[in-house]
Amino acid sequence: MPALGADMTAGRLIAWLKHPGEAVKRGDIIAEVDTDKGVIEVEVFTSGVLEKTLVEPGTKVPVGTPLAVIREAAGAPAPVPTPVTVPSPEGRARVSPAARRLAVELEVDLATVRGTGPEGAVTLEDVRQAVGKTEAPADRGERMRQAIAAAVTRSKREIPHYYIGHTIDLGPVTAWLAEQNRDRPVARRLAHSALLVRAVALTLRDFPELNARWVEGRVAPIADINVGLAISLRDGGLVAPALHHADRQSVDELMASTLDLVERARAGALRSSELSDPTITVTILGDRGVDTVYGVIYPPQVAIVGFGKIVEGPWVVDGRVVARSLVRATLAADHRVSDGHRGALFLAGVADRLREPDRL
Amino acid sequence: MTRDELRQAVLGVLKEIAPEADLSRLAPDAPIRDQLDVDSIDFMRLLIGVNEKLHVDVPEADYPRVASLNGLLDYLGARLAGRSAER
Repeated sequence: MPALGADMTAGRLIAWLKHPGEAVKRGDIIAEVDTDKGVIEVEVFTSGVLEKTLVEPGTKVPVGTPLAVIREAAGAPAPVPTPVTVPSPEGRARVSPAARRLAVELEVDLATVRGTGPEGAVTLEDVRQAVGKTEAPADRGERMRQAIAAAVTRSKREIPHYYIGHTIDLGPVTAWLAEQNRDRPVARRLAHSALLVRAVALTLRDFPELNARWVEGRVAPIADINVGLAISLRDGGLVAPALHHADRQSVDELMASTLDLVERARAGALRSSELSDPTITVTILGDRGVDTVYGVIYPPQVAIVGFGKIVEGPWVVDGRVVARSLVRATLAADHRVSDGHRGALFLAGVADRLREPDRL
Repeated sequence: MTRDELRQAVLGVLKEIAPEADLSRLAPDAPIRDQLDVDSIDFMRLLIGVNEKLHVDVPEADYPRVASLNGLLDYLGARLAGRSAER
């Protein structure tokens, strides 16, 4: 069962989409699981043959539980171990025998208990704490609210945020987009968001400390730049699935990926890697008139970039005040990992890139 | 295509984008985006859906004219009528 968010502890297998004996290849959707973030398609990260499934549909299992065994194709490179393909039976949550007995006694579903003991082991106290709290609310909206609550509470409790902002002249970008979109059919038109994400992703190459995770007291930079795009859901709540390798996608590709991601996020059809892989979040809240975004970092990420409304405002060019398209870009970052000086250089880098949209 | 057929086609696209919305309560002369909490990406999806169904591509410069349901229906009606007149 893949971990699809900082505070996901368990998921319920809904259905197998591949069956024992079938060949699977990297990226195939193998199963669907029900989580607090909706129904998620689980991908495989290796190629081979699905040897057997280990979890029956309808079963709720803790994160890390092996779901299936995949026999690798002969000669294939060694797989990256993932929760989906690990064939070992060792993936169950560690639970002390006393805690397990108490859980049975109190009818506590261990799959929903977050362990606080050594290596995440579930202790007697964890089981006692969980009494009466293990029944997930039937209403998905409420479950999602709880998942968000858990993530942001952890964020604000553990992450010392610092906040900085930078007003960016989007005049060149706005003019470039108008020119580009004039002759494009609607399905191929570009939006500001694609350029903003592209500028952030390219700038992150020079700021690996912002494209990282904070794990067990240390920062771990991530080689891939997977921008989580915050998408509000129509019935409340939000998700921030990954635009994978955003720095390697062209503006056109990022636009197509964004449209696809928004459509699937709102239809409840995201893939597991899209929820587990973001290395930073970008949130664009200008549509509803917001000037400035003060973001909450999604742990274990260490930064979130916000953009407000693009407005016509006064801007000084060569000593004269002129009207320009302006946007307020903000960075909320983990002060354990980076300092305001580096954050300021990062935002200045984003602004520089947006001055030359032709080069994005 | 009658105006009612156009309306049904547009509401069909809107229903895919905002499945929870009660479209019978949509005020025809007020902006769609404000009433249905449609963001810029969803507004783009609306126009992409309209283009797929009706083969009318609304250029960016005309977006202000199609902000409301009536505005969009007027616009589509005029564009489709112009197309038939050309035949």
